[in-house]
Amino acid sequence: MNTGYNFAYLDEQTKRMVRRAILKAVAIPGHQVPFGSREMPLPYGWGTGGIQLTASIIGPDDVLKVIDQGADDTTNAVSIRRFFARTAGVAPTTRTGDASIIQTRHRIPEKPLREDQIIVYQVPQPEPLSRLEPSRAETRRMHALSEYGLMHVKLYEDITRFGHVAISYDYPVMVNHRYLMAPSPIPAFDNPKLHMMPALQLFGAGREKRIYAVPPWTDVRSLDFDDHPFRAARAPHSCGLCGATDGYLDEVVVDDRGGRLFVCSDTDHCETRRAAGHTGADALAAE
Amino acid sequence: MAYVAVKGGERAIDNAHAWLAEARRGDTSVAEIGTAQIAGQLGRAVDRVMTEGSLYDRELAALAIKQAQGDLIEAAFLLRAYRTTLPRFAHAAPVDTAAMQIRRRISAVYKDLPGGQVLGPTYDYTHRLLDFSLLGEAVPPPAPEAPAAAANMPRVTDILAHEGLIEADGAGGKEPGDITREPLSFPAERDVRLQSIARGDEGFLLALGYSTQRGWGGSHPFVGEIRAGDVSVEITPPELGFAIDIADVTLTECQMVTQFKGSKTVPPQFTRGYGLAFGHADRRAMAMALVDRAMRAEELGEEVTAPAQNVEFVLYHCDNIEATGFVEHLKLPHYVDFQSELETIRRMRAEAREDAA
Repeated sequence: MNTGYNFAYLDEQTKRMVRRAILKAVAIPGHQVPFGSREMPLPYGWGTGGIQLTASIIGPDDVLKVIDQGADDTTNAVSIRRFFARTAGVAPTTRTGDASIIQTRHRIPEKPLREDQIIVYQVPQPEPLSRLEPSRAETRRMHALSEYGLMHVKLYEDITRFGHVAISYDYPVMVNHRYLMAPSPIPAFDNPKLHMMPALQLFGAGREKRIYAVPPWTDVRSLDFDDHPFRAARAPHSCGLCGATDGYLDEVVVDDRGGRLFVCSDTDHCETRRAAGHTGADALAAE
Repeated sequence: MAYVAVKGGERAIDNAHAWLAEARRGDTSVAEIGTAQIAGQLGRAVDRVMTEGSLYDRELAALAIKQAQGDLIEAAFLLRAYRTTLPRFAHAAPVDTAAMQIRRRISAVYKDLPGGQVLGPTYDYTHRLLDFSLLGEAVPPPAPEAPAAAANMPRVTDILAHEGLIEADGAGGKEPGDITREPLSFPAERDVRLQSIARGDEGFLLALGYSTQRGWGGSHPFVGEIRAGDVSVEITPPELGFAIDIADVTLTECQMVTQFKGSKTVPPQFTRGYGLAFGHADRRAMAMALVDRAMRAEELGEEVTAPAQNVEFVLYHCDNIEATGFVEHLKLPHYVDFQSELETIRRMRAEAREDAA
């Protein structure tokens, strides 16, 4: 563990400031709280918001899991895990069930989370209305007035044009019947997991300087219409390695003749299943 | 080809860093560059990195440039990530640029003025011909020196203000904002705007300033004055109760004088655009002054039509550390999102085929 820096890099005053923002965010579910985001030694857009959240809540006894695209071994997940190993000396894990804090980019683990866990999302763009209204002064006003007609019109236009909503990730949700929220670029498949999750969900956007939260057991609805209910899509296959049919799948190109292999995006989910003896159709070829 | 789950990110990162260190050093038969050489001989690069990195330290900026292989945005990022960890023990008093030890001072609005025009070490009138003699090593002959003048160098804007032709300088008094501690919010006051563009990307400011000259929010600017030189930084420790001089910093200041037609309450007068940068940085200070003035459009009752006048647009996009991070994050894996897009587009195409059949 590197000395010369404070535990988990940030100084205690900064952590206190971040924690105050977290408390406010928890008190107003789905509301974006501006905070004095610091320059981190990792680039903006690479998880600085999530890192500041994790740094502010982590203690020496915590067990940290970091995933990117559902996997523990993607390079940026490795880099962030190393950052905390270096600055906080905490125990890392790849097992979802063993972690007390899970920092994630673009996925929610398949294994349901518990009340004693916290999931920290890295958020590139916290403003769900950003593609419809570029001015933050204006979107702030729209949130204050719960004026979300613009987003409903966008969904309606998708349906008239394509027959269904054409948003496949970062699908907007309504939190606690009040605030429209960007769930970060998780696939829409993961959206139902946000609803009534026992774990505390924290969202950090470093570059945009916003923190927001979904407290445990909070109502989170993906936007839809009565006659066009929300549908969570996944590739219509089973995992080639573990045979899972319930999880989100990555599509791996295996040759230049159109060969494809579908495997679990959640690497811990896949490994746990294989350790329990489950196999998929391509397991032998892959070994 | 069999699929092998991608493992070994850790080793890949270690190896990439080792390769980077080797590439940074380059040919070992060539002498390694020292930070003193960078600080001394690549001074304009050091100036830019200190300004955009928001930290006045020539040695650390030189180190950052060396570490970043001369990538100045990367170097500014290294400096920023360092400065954010530093404790704050005092606030300096505003520096007095009227008391600057002048190395350069020019005005475009007066032929001559008290203190005179001083070109200083400028590239302005060099012919841009490659100087092949620099391929070798040579010590230039000493530059001629004028006797040290105790000349009074009043700021041109003060001369104009004496006659009441230019608006009063921005009201001081209230504690200025701090963009490194408080997130931006709108409407943003001028203190916060100036702080943001003071460390904004030079290229971005240059392009925006240029756009105002080409009709996108023009304000008919004149260079009232550019001055560069050393000013002292003073703090007042509470236990002493009086100001002490803690450092000298080199600054370039630009005061743009621009037109204003007047309003119902204010007679026609000149208005100000202000630029300030660490080191020698005419281009940067001038561009900053143009953009500062452009962003005052709303306050001065002008129509806001151009990008440079849109405060939110300028402030949210001028920071190159934020910009480079977010642009470059696109190279991180996005295959989960892309997979969901694949499923959506396949579904749409299947539906289109059914409709056609």
